[in-house]
Amino acid sequence: MSVDADTVRKISHLARIEVPEERVEPMAKELSNILDWVEQLGEVDTDGVEPLAAVIPNALRWREDKITDGNVQDKVLANAPKAMHGFFAVPKVIE
Amino acid sequence: MTAVTDLTLAEMRAGLRAKDFSAKELAETHNAAVEGARALNAFTVETPEIALAAAEAADAAIAAGDELKPLAGIPLGIKDLFCTEGVESTAGSNILKGFIPQYESTVSARLKADGAGMLGKLNMDEFAMGSSNETSAWGNVVNPWRGKGNEALVPGGSSGGSSTAVAANLCPGATGTDTGGSIRQPAAFTGICGIKPTYGRCSRWGVVAFASSLDQAGPMARTVTDCAVLLKSMCGFDPKDSTSLDEPVPDFEAALSADLKGKRVGIPKEYTIEGIPSEIDALWQRGADMLRDAGAEVVEVSLPHTKYALPTYYIIAPAEASSNLARYDGVRYGRRETPEGGNLIDMYEATRSAGFGDEVKRRVMIGTYVLSAGYYDAYYLKAQKVRRLIQQDFEAVWERCDLLLTPTAPSAAFAAGDKLDDPIAMYLNDVFCVPASLAGLPAMSVPGGLSDDGLPLGLQLVGKPMDEQGVLNAGLALEQAAGFTARAEKWW
Repeated sequence: MSVDADTVRKISHLARIEVPEERVEPMAKELSNILDWVEQLGEVDTDGVEPLAAVIPNALRWREDKITDGNVQDKVLANAPKAMHGFFAVPKVIE
Repeated sequence: MTAVTDLTLAEMRAGLRAKDFSAKELAETHNAAVEGARALNAFTVETPEIALAAAEAADAAIAAGDELKPLAGIPLGIKDLFCTEGVESTAGSNILKGFIPQYESTVSARLKADGAGMLGKLNMDEFAMGSSNETSAWGNVVNPWRGKGNEALVPGGSSGGSSTAVAANLCPGATGTDTGGSIRQPAAFTGICGIKPTYGRCSRWGVVAFASSLDQAGPMARTVTDCAVLLKSMCGFDPKDSTSLDEPVPDFEAALSADLKGKRVGIPKEYTIEGIPSEIDALWQRGADMLRDAGAEVVEVSLPHTKYALPTYYIIAPAEASSNLARYDGVRYGRRETPEGGNLIDMYEATRSAGFGDEVKRRVMIGTYVLSAGYYDAYYLKAQKVRRLIQQDFEAVWERCDLLLTPTAPSAAFAAGDKLDDPIAMYLNDVFCVPASLAGLPAMSVPGGLSDDGLPLGLQLVGKPMDEQGVLNAGLALEQAAGFTARAEKWW
């Protein structure tokens, strides 16, 4: 198994997804199954191969540095679970 | 008389112009069909009033003798991955329940600008992660086709609401999205057509992101011609998407031709995989014969890295998903869970734990792991290198042929629940679809025939970058030769 319970706890925190303790072991098994299966890529000789990120060649475009959008505070906040005084509201961050 | 819902999109368009029926009648009949088919669970939200408003605009234009827009009065279904202004858009997830976009995705805006109406939002696997439409927060979509023992079948996924709605004649066409087969596999499972264009043809702006280097929108419809009509409206340069291709969009419909003289079709030998039902191989063989009869030369070709495509995909797609889905934090939109006395981090973790389903959690966790310190090179970078080799396989093959023919999926539609406990068995559904996704190539599924159990089977055509026309033309040849007219018997 490539992933143990501690690793699941670590990843779940990195991913900001709470995993209840009773799900940790089953999750370790599920993730290991998938990772063990993708391990077969180790068979492929990739020495000197450039990683591929953009699949269809396409240069990033420049645009004029000017404001093209904005003044839509109501729209930006329309779906906020909680908004106050024109801001998103969240639980206390600094004690 | 045939019901208007049984017509193809092109026939509806002609019927409106000939005044055989009004756009209002067309919209009302479809609205009723949608309402009457709730047992299929294809729609997450029904918007009959939006369909009617487009119909009234079309009828007014017809009455005034104005030139009609290409899709005037045509009612469509829109996959719930597309943000639609003022209409709840959830990507099939609890974490977005209640989200009302304040803007319209470019693709759905283009369809609306061309006169189309929207019947509603189509159900899908949560965040487009799934091949059976069993991961949606809105419940499973049911395939209109039934199994031999009358058991319920999955409609494929992730565009399962789209495939079911089109196959059940609830709409003549629908938008789908395809990251690793999510248009093509559900099209095959329901006996309809669907095309994923070249990466960059359709704008991703306003489409909820899953894996950004792979996501592409495309149309699903009952005929190749209808796909061509919709594709033209959906494609086009969009400055709001940095990977949008600034290329002219051909009139795919006008250029359709089933004459394949001078075309070479490659049969990739690596797509013969162990354990695949013989009826799939037999269909593939018949497909090759059909293309040969249409004038094409059929040649055997090799794509040596094919077997590594699926594991490559299951590193790259979850990695990109873990990054894209980081935005669901309970702050700006969507669901929020605030544990008693919890801080901001507790809120993030509780929100995401409650809002995401199991498959999404699994993929975000895998993606987080393969991108984490110490594993990035071994997994993510390695996968990107293999992705290069897979793309080079295709580049080499285009020296020998213009198109590839393969089966779309390794089986016909299966029963609900069959593969839920085994993620890898579920992933294998897309074994034939994923390579073209990794290479960004246009690819289409067309119904080729029925399985021994009387279920639709699809054939896949893959083309060179930007050659949607070649794919559609070969699709038309298959469609004409296969003469696939079977439809699911109405039980809903």
